[in-house]
Amino acid sequence: MSRETGATRRLWKFHGGVHPPQHKEISTTLPVSAARMPARLVLPLHQHIGEPAEPTVAKGEKVLKGQMIARPQGYVSAPVHAPTSGTIADIGDYPVPHPSGLSAACMVIEPDGEECWMERQPIEDYTTLPPSELRNLIREAGIVGLGGAGFPAYIKYNPGHQKAIQTLILNGVECEPFITCDDMLMREAPGDIIGGLRVIQHALQARECLIAIEDNKPQAIAALRQAVAGYDDIEVVEVPTLYPQGSEKQLIKVLTGKEVPADGLALNIGVVCANVGTAAAVHRAINRGEPLISRYVTITGSAVGAPRNLDVLLGTPMRDLIEECDGDLGRIERLIMGGPMMGFALHRHDLPVIKTTNCILAATAKDLPPQRPELPCIRCGACADVCPVNLLPQQLYWYSKHHNLDKVQEYDLFDCIECGCCSYVCPSNIPLVQYFRYAKGDIWTQEREKEKSDIARRRHEFRQLRIEREKAERLAKRNRKKSALKADTAMAERDKKKAEIQAAIARTQARRQAAMKEAEKRRKSFGKEARGPMDETPQQPDNASDNERKE
Amino acid sequence: MLAAIMVLSALAVIFGLLLGFAAVRFKVEGDPLVDKIDAQLPQTQCGQCSYPGCRPYAEAIAKGEADINQCPPGGETTIMALADLLDRDPKPLNPENGVPQEKTVAVIDESRCIGCTLCIQACPVDAILGAAKHMHTVIASECTGCDLCVEPCPVDCIDMAPIEQDILTWKWPYPENRLEKAS
Amino acid sequence: MLRVMIALIPGLAAYIWFFGWGITVNIAFAVTVAVAAEAVMLSLRKRPILPFLSDCSAIVTAILLAFAIPPLAPWWVTFIGVLFAIIIAKHLYGGLGYNPFNPAMVGYVVLLISFPREMTSWIPTLNFLPQELSFAQHAAFIFTGQLPAGLTIDALTEATPLDTLKTNLGLGNTVSEIKSQLGLDEATSMLLSVIPIFGLFGGKGWEWINVGFLLGGLWLIYKKVIGWQIPVALLGSLSAMSVLFYIFNPDQYASPAFHLFSGATMLAAFFIATDPVTAATSPTGRLIYGAGIGILMYIIRAWGGYPDSVAFAVLLMNMTVPIIDYYFKPRVFGRNGD
Repeated sequence: MSRETGATRRLWKFHGGVHPPQHKEISTTLPVSAARMPARLVLPLHQHIGEPAEPTVAKGEKVLKGQMIARPQGYVSAPVHAPTSGTIADIGDYPVPHPSGLSAACMVIEPDGEECWMERQPIEDYTTLPPSELRNLIREAGIVGLGGAGFPAYIKYNPGHQKAIQTLILNGVECEPFITCDDMLMREAPGDIIGGLRVIQHALQARECLIAIEDNKPQAIAALRQAVAGYDDIEVVEVPTLYPQGSEKQLIKVLTGKEVPADGLALNIGVVCANVGTAAAVHRAINRGEPLISRYVTITGSAVGAPRNLDVLLGTPMRDLIEECDGDLGRIERLIMGGPMMGFALHRHDLPVIKTTNCILAATAKDLPPQRPELPCIRCGACADVCPVNLLPQQLYWYSKHHNLDKVQEYDLFDCIECGCCSYVCPSNIPLVQYFRYAKGDIWTQEREKEKSDIARRRHEFRQLRIEREKAERLAKRNRKKSALKADTAMAERDKKKAEIQAAIARTQARRQAAMKEAEKRRKSFGKEARGPMDETPQQPDNASDNERKE
Repeated sequence: MLAAIMVLSALAVIFGLLLGFAAVRFKVEGDPLVDKIDAQLPQTQCGQCSYPGCRPYAEAIAKGEADINQCPPGGETTIMALADLLDRDPKPLNPENGVPQEKTVAVIDESRCIGCTLCIQACPVDAILGAAKHMHTVIASECTGCDLCVEPCPVDCIDMAPIEQDILTWKWPYPENRLEKAS
Repeated sequence: MLRVMIALIPGLAAYIWFFGWGITVNIAFAVTVAVAAEAVMLSLRKRPILPFLSDCSAIVTAILLAFAIPPLAPWWVTFIGVLFAIIIAKHLYGGLGYNPFNPAMVGYVVLLISFPREMTSWIPTLNFLPQELSFAQHAAFIFTGQLPAGLTIDALTEATPLDTLKTNLGLGNTVSEIKSQLGLDEATSMLLSVIPIFGLFGGKGWEWINVGFLLGGLWLIYKKVIGWQIPVALLGSLSAMSVLFYIFNPDQYASPAFHLFSGATMLAAFFIATDPVTAATSPTGRLIYGAGIGILMYIIRAWGGYPDSVAFAVLLMNMTVPIIDYYFKPRVFGRNGD
């Protein structure tokens, strides 16, 4: 049944992987429908990897649906668009979906209910546009990777001076439990996906396209197989279910046998990988002129009465969605954005859906058993057996736990994709990924601090140098002035002057000594250094008057 | 007996010559140790170590005049790094030098600033902008939080504000272990 | 850990069949002492007792150590060994997960070098005992030193096959000579009143105990409780060494089968060397670690001062674990084994 396309494609294997219970069927029984319009939409300016966007409209301004309301800052960045027409009610800090539970800059839109679109400019024939123009349109449409990471998509579609792109992979693997938004998208909008795929293929000039789908989604496979009938260069590849196959590097290995270099990109081996949702968004952006303003979101978990997928406007509060699916907020023990393996717990219910929100898991103890107490690591190596990157999590854990930041890097901590397989199999219930995230954060912080201290050192050294130079200049000036005076002043006058100078010097010295004593009292010997220039300030008026006189 | 003494003396002479030669042949220019120590210090230039800045403290450590536990802003991390570098036993921070505090940044209350430039002269990293009789302001990104500017201010318009955590600087916390915590 | 204990049952059954009930007295006593010592140490270290006791690691340590102690050793031998293993080798290093040396083997080595007489006085297989002891008689002897009337300890004890072989080789006899005297069938041996050391393919009696442990070990691998690397590498290198020297000089060196099925070979391969805490942790590292133990076992058996060699081989390889783990990391995805 699954091999109706004829020749069987050879598949490769990556190391490790696990088979967590799927829980996918619960959210695929109902068809996808558009979510209700909320009272307010909260749009964070930072929904992607890179620099946050910068507002282009002011508070109180009216905006149209699809209008850009914040523009990208810098190369790695993405704009934000108004998901509906309405008024900008506020621009300020609001809680955002982030593991920290902190707030960040957001724009709030009060919908006017008109759904009044801005002028859309669909591209008649994308094949007439050069790839750079297409990439620009994709950037303008605010499209980021919808699979989870949220990396600005247009950057990935730029092969630059790399060798030609051999393979474009559409990722419909969706290996994480509970999440079904890609599955439903593939079932319900295969045409959009293929439309976007053709655009990306054109932008990359890729020779072949593979659409990878895990064998637990037969309906999606059938729908896409039907949609690609007639295209010779697109193949739907059924891959055996294995977590974390949806991870880009692992999927590329499975399909091509090639490994993306640890410090490189898929581009380096002539492969580009895009999520099916991203492809559908590209289709809408190019062929319909609609920017990224909504996405499919899975609302699932035992605390939800009617788990399903909704087509959600970005910025919609999650609470509205949970309620729309007959969810019981009181029953939720852990609210998770993403899946149980890689998602993170949210601190409140009213956070907005952002571009990377693929799933809202309103979990009870039935879905996610509470974290059992962490026992000592017995180095059994179960984690190393399942690590898809072939790391030694037991060693990484040992060094992360004891803050040995040099050693964790020696064991390639930064190659860890945080897939959670190790934590999943650990017989001692050790939250390994948490340790690795902690260690990564610590290393980044240390690097930032190191950078900052280097700047401080340079600035301090420069200041010392400047103070030295100013001292030397003043001394030179005074010497010059002295010799000038010597030449054209009478002896008596000079004596008088000398006495005055002597007195002044004595005065300053006395003052300086007093100041030094006090400074020392206050700040030990450092006061001397810090106050050095100050002590000399009283002399400056003398210098100044001398200068005037000289002129 | 005599032979043994002679052999041992000969060996001592040979090794002495060898070491002497090595000391001349592989002499390192400058004093990299001071640089290495300085690189471990936080460069706040705050003087809490009782030396006028980080580099003088590094020099004092290199000469053996100062101990490695006199830097409150660096805290335990710096002490550990120095202990590692100098192959000494780490020891707790000397409380005479102060206690480690939250990272802060100087903030000038601009309505009260009289433009006296005293803080500008006190700042060890030139992180305060301003001119005489004009309002001053702190370049927050360059401020090391040393608080040396607070005292000279005649109108008390400088405050040390804790650096607020935002999403970009947030990091995952250290996992808590209930069983170990129970102890 | 529970499955490890289940896997020990076939070996234990064979052990009881050949050497009587003494082992069960030792195991029961050792487990009691170990659990008590573990509980005391946990409370001294201010750790919650129940969660840590329920990992059963102390029980497994005690059972493994009991297997290594002769069935007639007095109670205080077991007592000291278990205490040393749990308190010094395990908890003073930080408890489960932090001990660099296999606690059971540390306990065994301490006993072996402190009480060599008690630790090498094994008993011959039951058929060659003047009188079979009951469980109660075993317990009575272990705890009070009282034997049933008419029996002396000398009549009950005998060196192990590996020991006997070593002694005889040391006297200048060849393996075939020894075999002609000590490898006879039971009836003849009884007639000549010698105690045979050679069985069908391994040490007399010991071969079946080893088969028992082998079966249990294979089940553990099948159940993925232990990895295959250490047992395979250990048995592989031990076989390779013994084949090599057996071909080279069959008169001086025992056959590979004798090495594989005598002493604690199988217990070591599947139950002792596979202790994850003290073994190397990467797959390649485990191969090297296992092979190292096998080679050391052969070297010590063939040329060392002790008849069996598991404990020393394991402890020596424990020492090398950090360096093995450091140099034999697996190739990380997308890296070219730098």
